[in-house]
Amino acid sequence: MSIDLNILWFVLIAVLFTGFFFLEGFDYGVGILLPFVAKEDTERRVVINTIGPHWDGNEVWLLTAGGAMFAAFPHWYATLFSGFYLALFLILVGLIVRGVAFEFRSKDDNPTWRKTWDVALFVGSLLSAVLWGVAFANIVRGVPIDGAMTYTGTLFTLLNPYALLGGLVTLALFVLHGALFLSLKTTDVILERVQRLLSWLWIPTTIVVVAFVGYSFIETDLFVGVNLVQGLGLATAVVALLTGGWMITRQRYGSAFIGTGLTLAGTVVFLFGGLFPRVMPSSLGSQFDLTIYNASASPYTLQVMSIVALIFVPLVLAYQAWSYWVFRERVTADSHLEY
Amino acid sequence: MEVTDLARLQFASTTLFHFIFVPLTIGLALVVAIMQTLYVRTGDDNYKRMTKFWGKLFLINFAMGLVTGIVQEFQFGMAWSEYSRFVGDIFGAPLAIEALMAFFIESTFIGLWIFGWDKLPKKVHLGTIWMVAFGATISSLWILIANSWMQNPVGYEIANNRAQMVDFGAIVTNPNVFLQFPHVIFGAFTTAGFFLIAISAYRLARQPTDDERLMFTRSLRIGLVFGLAAVMLTMFVGHYTGQFMLEKQPMKLAAAEGLWETESPAALSFFQIGDEASRTDVVNVRIPSLLTLLTYDSFEGLVPGINDLNAHYQQQFANAYGPDADYVPPMIWLIYWSFRAMVGFGILMSAAAILGIYLWWRGTLTTSPRYLAVLPFLIVLPYVANATGWTLTELGRQPWIVQGLMKTEQGLSPNLTVTDLWITLIGFTAVYGALSVANFYLLWKFATKSQGGDDLLPLPKAPDEDKTQLDVAY
Repeated sequence: MSIDLNILWFVLIAVLFTGFFFLEGFDYGVGILLPFVAKEDTERRVVINTIGPHWDGNEVWLLTAGGAMFAAFPHWYATLFSGFYLALFLILVGLIVRGVAFEFRSKDDNPTWRKTWDVALFVGSLLSAVLWGVAFANIVRGVPIDGAMTYTGTLFTLLNPYALLGGLVTLALFVLHGALFLSLKTTDVILERVQRLLSWLWIPTTIVVVAFVGYSFIETDLFVGVNLVQGLGLATAVVALLTGGWMITRQRYGSAFIGTGLTLAGTVVFLFGGLFPRVMPSSLGSQFDLTIYNASASPYTLQVMSIVALIFVPLVLAYQAWSYWVFRERVTADSHLEY
Repeated sequence: MEVTDLARLQFASTTLFHFIFVPLTIGLALVVAIMQTLYVRTGDDNYKRMTKFWGKLFLINFAMGLVTGIVQEFQFGMAWSEYSRFVGDIFGAPLAIEALMAFFIESTFIGLWIFGWDKLPKKVHLGTIWMVAFGATISSLWILIANSWMQNPVGYEIANNRAQMVDFGAIVTNPNVFLQFPHVIFGAFTTAGFFLIAISAYRLARQPTDDERLMFTRSLRIGLVFGLAAVMLTMFVGHYTGQFMLEKQPMKLAAAEGLWETESPAALSFFQIGDEASRTDVVNVRIPSLLTLLTYDSFEGLVPGINDLNAHYQQQFANAYGPDADYVPPMIWLIYWSFRAMVGFGILMSAAAILGIYLWWRGTLTTSPRYLAVLPFLIVLPYVANATGWTLTELGRQPWIVQGLMKTEQGLSPNLTVTDLWITLIGFTAVYGALSVANFYLLWKFATKSQGGDDLLPLPKAPDEDKTQLDVAY
């Protein structure tokens, strides 16, 4: 039996991005919601501590996706990151200031110091959340790539209406996902604020998502020859989002959180499924498309990497799950907050 | 400046900046793990204080290493896309494995360690910091496997204009790895050792309380033993690294020595001012035969000079780059002085640690005011040695990005403009500059004032007080 390793790695990278969107999605959301659900200092600390032990591990899903692209599809890695150079730079700046903010914020009680890091956390989360949507929308829409696999556009090529709508989609979904995460991890006054937000957040999120799906009909070929996996992804995303909304009205936030998680996962499956077997379509002509075959590493590298992944991905899942189990309790103002 | 220069400057500065934090993360993780082990085994609260004190400094530093490391994962693709295409098979694999094996461990277990003090059983919690230390070390192994391939390419074939992997085992067991990994790891341990030494001495010299005296005396001793062993081992491995360089990267060795002409036996230079345009000496103070002794462990042996090597490469690569291409690294003076700073500071650190151990043996370690007054300044030595070591390694490889296979300017992303690079170079510099200030402020505050534990953090409020506050908020 021969397994097509190029397909396996395409799937694996989709899995890594799914993990990233699902996990880091809610911690971006929490970062963005911070100024709205937590007013005074202890409340801010409580909110930050809900993701304190996890955000770093969540972010490694992205780093691993980047590394996996480099190893399995070097041309994808090279074209994407050199092409989206300035956009990626902004994402990196967002991730940098945000990451430091978690650690530095509480190490001094000067109010200006704290305010600065709270702003950094908010802006960093917002910037990254929007830009990942912009990036993925551009990938599925297609960007100018020439015969040498080189991106020929500029930063402004990426700022088209469709991609910006994509940015709104990730923003809205991450915020909703983050609010639901907070509803499971907080109590008292913070929980009340989160619940008030949840009472209306679902509606604009759904509008943005529906608009994006509609716009995708016009702007992309995602709906041309929809395959089974892709169709399932879309169906999952839609059903999960609707169910999530229903669960929110019934205040069953755990189920709703799973719903937004599945919405994100289904969206990634839908987008990757629509790309397949391409990894970066070229808007200059399909002969310039990067595919899982012309962008890939050698079969030998893919074999080596497959063995490595099959050993370590399950391990990672196991200890990350354990970490969530250890910190399963709600964080309150009475919790030990400062470490 | 041109795109190539800017891209190189950006890579060098962001990477050197990242490497300010990495060695301390690697070394201090181990030190903190050892301290916490002592606490768990003896139940001595003073060890817990030590764990908390150094652990806090560790975390501040860790955050900086972490966020600057994110840039590393992506910047090969950003400004060096043609390099990434060429080496993806081989260079991408260890990078991905690093993320999968090491980053996940580090990031998950650091969260468990920070927030797990009162959630996990004592021994399990101890295990988490050991996992962090393990992850940090493994991480450096994989990135050095990747870097070693740039210095000494093995286990590949050139097909479709790309270097394709044919032997994973050969890449992992690249002889360069067996030198570079211990050299870097022991360098990291040295950094942690002298971090302990410097801060402990500073505190001991400033009227410590009894508790502090005990804690910083212990820390100073651990630092001395750890630092001395590590710096000696670093130099020991470094000696063989030099010999390996003669074999695989003779141009780098010649540049590090400012050796223009081939000599047999070769002299070691102690102070050189050279003329890089004409590739000759202006001033050079040298000891005959010493370079040959160091590279051959014998008084006989030839060390090729820069001019001969250049002529040799011009012939060897005439088909690829034309007969007149130049293979001499730029800024020989920087390579030359980097090497001297690295080695000189290594020797200086050894001497300082030996003196400390002698004073300890005499029983006057913590009562020698002059010795304690000097030690805090030594904290810069390992940092300079780390930075100059990498400067030598990477600048000495120029003009190659992959030794003998690809020149640096060939690796550049073709779509980038000078403007793009100025934007990011200025942006990274501004962000990193601001973070440095915050980082230094926090390190200084905790290093000079903290008594261990959470003393400098706001005290947790009594539960009752909290209740009233929340009631008001209702």
